[in-house]
Amino acid sequence: MAELPAPDPRSDPWARLRQATRARIGLGGCGDALPLREVLAFQMAHALARDAVHAPLDVAALEAVLHPYAALRARSRAADRGTYLRRPDLGRRLEAMDAAEGPFDAAFVLADGLSATAVQRHAAAVFHAALRRLPGWRIAPPVIATGARVALGDEIGARLGARLVAVLIGERPGLSVPDSLGVYLTFDPRPGRRDSERNCISNIHTAGGLAPELAAAKLAWLMREALSRKLTGNGLKDDADPAALAAPTFALPDG
Amino acid sequence: MGCWGATAGGERHVFDGLAYLLAAASPRRSGDELAGLAAASDAARVAARYALADLPLRIFLDEAVVPYEADEVTRLILDTHDPAAFAPVSHLTVGGLRDWLLSHEADGAALAALSPGLTPEMVAAVSKLMRNQDLIAVARKRRVVTAFRSTLGLEGRLATRLQPNHPTDDPRGIAASTLDGLLNGSGDAVIGVNPATDSVPNAMALLHMLDELRERYAIPTQTCVLTHVTNAIEIMRRGAPVDLVFQSVAGTEGANRGFGVDLAILREAREAALALGRGGPSGEVMYFETGQGSALSAEAHHGVDQQTLEARAYGVCRTFKPLLVNTVVGFIGPEYLYDGKQIIRAGLEDHFCGKLLGLPMGVDVCYTNHAEGDGDDMDGLMTLLGVAGVHFLICVPGADDIMLNYQSLSFHDVLALRSMLGLRPAPEFEAWLERMGIAEPGGAIRPPPLAQSSLLQLARDHG
Repeated sequence: MAELPAPDPRSDPWARLRQATRARIGLGGCGDALPLREVLAFQMAHALARDAVHAPLDVAALEAVLHPYAALRARSRAADRGTYLRRPDLGRRLEAMDAAEGPFDAAFVLADGLSATAVQRHAAAVFHAALRRLPGWRIAPPVIATGARVALGDEIGARLGARLVAVLIGERPGLSVPDSLGVYLTFDPRPGRRDSERNCISNIHTAGGLAPELAAAKLAWLMREALSRKLTGNGLKDDADPAALAAPTFALPDG
Repeated sequence: MGCWGATAGGERHVFDGLAYLLAAASPRRSGDELAGLAAASDAARVAARYALADLPLRIFLDEAVVPYEADEVTRLILDTHDPAAFAPVSHLTVGGLRDWLLSHEADGAALAALSPGLTPEMVAAVSKLMRNQDLIAVARKRRVVTAFRSTLGLEGRLATRLQPNHPTDDPRGIAASTLDGLLNGSGDAVIGVNPATDSVPNAMALLHMLDELRERYAIPTQTCVLTHVTNAIEIMRRGAPVDLVFQSVAGTEGANRGFGVDLAILREAREAALALGRGGPSGEVMYFETGQGSALSAEAHHGVDQQTLEARAYGVCRTFKPLLVNTVVGFIGPEYLYDGKQIIRAGLEDHFCGKLLGLPMGVDVCYTNHAEGDGDDMDGLMTLLGVAGVHFLICVPGADDIMLNYQSLSFHDVLALRSMLGLRPAPEFEAWLERMGIAEPGGAIRPPPLAQSSLLQLARDHG
């Protein structure tokens, strides 16, 4: 079925208000109910979000875009998607992982999380851009992790002997954006780290979110600060000003 | 610590401890499974209900599921228990209470008189012996009336929170969603924004914007920016217009600490809000949100099932005489409530337990995109809650909250629900809707086209 036509914006006084919000305002009605056009648009958005939640990560395709870096693979104890959704504790624990010789200054974990679509689309871009901003760093081979929650990075980072771990993970899809990526940075990763000991950069996507290149700039800044101050989490967040980092006038610490 | 057993299906089942018995008797849900507390089998679950049915209610006064010494919520519950109100049911078992609640002699007045005599654990326990139908039938009898500028909870009425969230707190975007809600007859319980940025200056800017809007159109409702209670205290100190103090609360001291609150700070905030004198004589100036799973999420569940802890959160709420309380039932995620069936059951339990304890209980009928649920499940839950006499429901434009990334009810959903069940808005708000040409005389809401609306100026101011 073809998409139903939207109302003519010239005759719609809601058009100006829609410039201020993506909210589904001024939808009209059919009796008390929504018009069919809106019902189907909503169902399509929900379907895309659900597909993003349940889509498996295409590991081979992700490995290809990480070239020339050869990726390691890791998987959590959540063996399937249903278990993953029900048992976040299993998604935080490592079942198996390829080995690499450390130690490293930092490790990057590309984790499916709740949206493999987000990782597929944006994680490699953030990884490559961050690496360009970290010359001289000893960086572990990138780790592609499946069935992963954020805290899985703690065990992966510890195994690699990395001083910092950055987990690039798919965020819970919303109706408007099914492919938003988040990054969680943890100093001295090891099992048992609390969420308050991490720094987060969220809302990374290309539909009006934080662009991957800017996210990488923020991440590299946080990584340098974290290593020099030997911490991540609340203590680091207090000093860093993400707004200033994201501003277009911001001069990058090193180009 | 007691140990209870029951024989069911030819097998003997033993339940070690009151907390485990309550957990095992709970309908199946992912959060209790995650916590390792769920019944080992369906037969064990029903066996636990047999055992629970025979427990005397008094046991909940003698044995705390979370230790008295370790937890201020337990102390609050037991220290404020009213033995005189409890007396009429003090001889009953949990099963006996179920039967009495469903009896015709247990009318609204009898249930209201009983509320201070019931502890959250008693209410949670009896809910586990009740089918969905029973939860609806009893909750329906228990009206709780609260008032600020509008009077909420009256027979035949259904109120709504208008939730005009915006991902960057853009005041124009929030005003646009508010306008949409008002035109659809929403907002009589509260116009309440979840701020994207939880800072004092941001919340103050939004409060001033909403208060001016309310004053300008003389809307008989309340406004609220759902910021942390410590922010609210600071905001009130700086003189911004705070109608309602909001806070998320949970059923254990540890989980509340995870939210950054304790009973003392809630008391301080309520006193500060009362001192502003903005509300009515009933002193109902608090707005709380709760949700099953929050204590487990905070690793502060003490081996107690999530529904019993949710009822304990209501024990926290009721001591502060709130105007509004709602469970965010489908928001916490599938690791606590996996699918539409679990969300619907939990929504009815939460509403029942809140009402029985005397709370103005509303529900955010909602789901996330990683739960096995959809709008059809929400249609079901909203209709069941409408029949059960829910205090208020939350609505967002087109059911899509673009800031919190989940789906609640739409303004249209509540229009339909009010029509189907003959439920009307709060009386003061209904009169306003008639004055504004949004409702016909007699109550039917017929959203006017924006261009012909008396609220068009609002669109011009904020467009």
